[in-house]
Amino acid sequence: MISDAPVLQQSSEPAETAAAPSRIVRYARPVLGVLLPLTLALGWELVVWVGWSNGRLVPPPSRVFANITELARSGELVRHITATLWRVALGFAFGVVAGTLLGAISGYWSLARRLLDPTVQALRAIPSLAWVPLFILWLGIFETSKIALIAVGVFFPVYLGVMGAILAVDRKIVEVGRTFRLSGPAMIRRILLPAVLPAYVVSLRVGLGLGWMFVVAAELIGASEGLGYLLLDGQQLGKPAQILAAIVIFAILGKLTDWLIEVAAAPFLRWQDAFGRAKGA
Amino acid sequence: MLALHRVSKTYPNGVEALARFSAEIHQGEIVAIIGGSGCGKSTLLRAIAGLDRASSGTVTLDDEAIASPHAKIGIIFQEPRLLPWLSVADNIGFGLADLPAAERREKVARALERVRLTEKAQAWPRELSGGQAQRVAIARALVPQPEVLLLDEPFSALDAFTRRDLQDHLLDLWADTRPTLMLVTHDVDEAVVLADRVLVMRPRPGRLFDRIEINLGRPRDRNSPLFENFKRSVLTSLDRSLDRSVPDRDATQGPGQAMWW
Repeated sequence: MISDAPVLQQSSEPAETAAAPSRIVRYARPVLGVLLPLTLALGWELVVWVGWSNGRLVPPPSRVFANITELARSGELVRHITATLWRVALGFAFGVVAGTLLGAISGYWSLARRLLDPTVQALRAIPSLAWVPLFILWLGIFETSKIALIAVGVFFPVYLGVMGAILAVDRKIVEVGRTFRLSGPAMIRRILLPAVLPAYVVSLRVGLGLGWMFVVAAELIGASEGLGYLLLDGQQLGKPAQILAAIVIFAILGKLTDWLIEVAAAPFLRWQDAFGRAKGA
Repeated sequence: MLALHRVSKTYPNGVEALARFSAEIHQGEIVAIIGGSGCGKSTLLRAIAGLDRASSGTVTLDDEAIASPHAKIGIIFQEPRLLPWLSVADNIGFGLADLPAAERREKVARALERVRLTEKAQAWPRELSGGQAQRVAIARALVPQPEVLLLDEPFSALDAFTRRDLQDHLLDLWADTRPTLMLVTHDVDEAVVLADRVLVMRPRPGRLFDRIEINLGRPRDRNSPLFENFKRSVLTSLDRSLDRSVPDRDATQGPGQAMWW
């Protein structure tokens, strides 16, 4: 036999993740991310301050910030943010639940996929804003129609993400479940859902992004409060600072909620052996 | 007893992977299946595991027909196939979900000790070496105490040293409960070290060609002349199985007549 000669045993410890980065590097990383927006903001502030622009249509950051503090002092800001957050939260919740359930079902049962998926894909092809008039007719002009619209926006990426991820689960892993005779629900719970979790988190984040997009659409149509209302109000009364204030708050809230998903999911994804991990994200 | 009666498998594309394979394997016996590539070894194993259905013929375990995965039959694949989101301990306990937590913990702890991985209990699969991962896979398959354990080239992806170590380790674990072992391999050395009986298959279509009883006591000395003899007879049989001019041997002869040439 050729294989008789003892060969060096393969190292039993695969390389650990690279040595922890030094403290400076660790703190410098998030700073790197705000460098670009900060430079742009300061630059514009300077341009207006020097007088190269009157800043009427594009108000400088100081004026936007003053607008935000003014709104905050009057209590308006909290009211608008709460209204918008509440709509996004409800719409996101409904969209995620429906998308996950239907996505899991049509990912797992091919019969369900043949029945369901063509319809869902056809509905997905409809620009979601086309639903607005119908939703207003059906559900009224108040909260229900807005939440329904957001839920529709969230539903499709989640549905598609879950179904696609389930279809892409490694057959070899599924076979392990089969050899242990897992029932359908147990197979979904113990093999398929954990296996799709990384992709699921991504689709949740995409879904949330669409949720934020649709809340603006919903609030532009008819609302008396909410950040979208602030946008519309700013346009109608010619207050660009207020529009920019609302946009900045949208950016902050969107980034914050996205980050929340990321942080909440991180403990469940520690097992991953992926490219992104090794680089310390 | 595991009984295979004229098990055949023809794939939808018309390829006849396995033709009329019959064998009887006694409880506690270790059988190695060896043969050139494409001789239906893995097809046979998957039919016994209930992962694929035979086109015709029957697989029965203690007179119970096997058509889908069975609690008494475990399988170990060429790759460890650990679930990457479960710790080593949870992977080993995967098949014990029905047991109360305390009992499961105890069984897992014992299995971890038997495969010498106690200190890795909480590690993720990605932190294991190839040999360690396969040991976890063995523990996972053995911990529900199957009557039959199928192994599909379980050590072929490992280096020679780790492979030998795991072969000895497998025999050690086998001695605990003495399940029937059915091992697909392409390593003659491995077949002779482990098996009581070697079944040689030949390809196109995959079928039984020869069987060789390994009448060697355990533990087996890989360097003894007797061991070499058995290896040579398996190798010779393998060579002949690939020679198309040699007719199929009537595979119904009893033990002791293996070296008929």
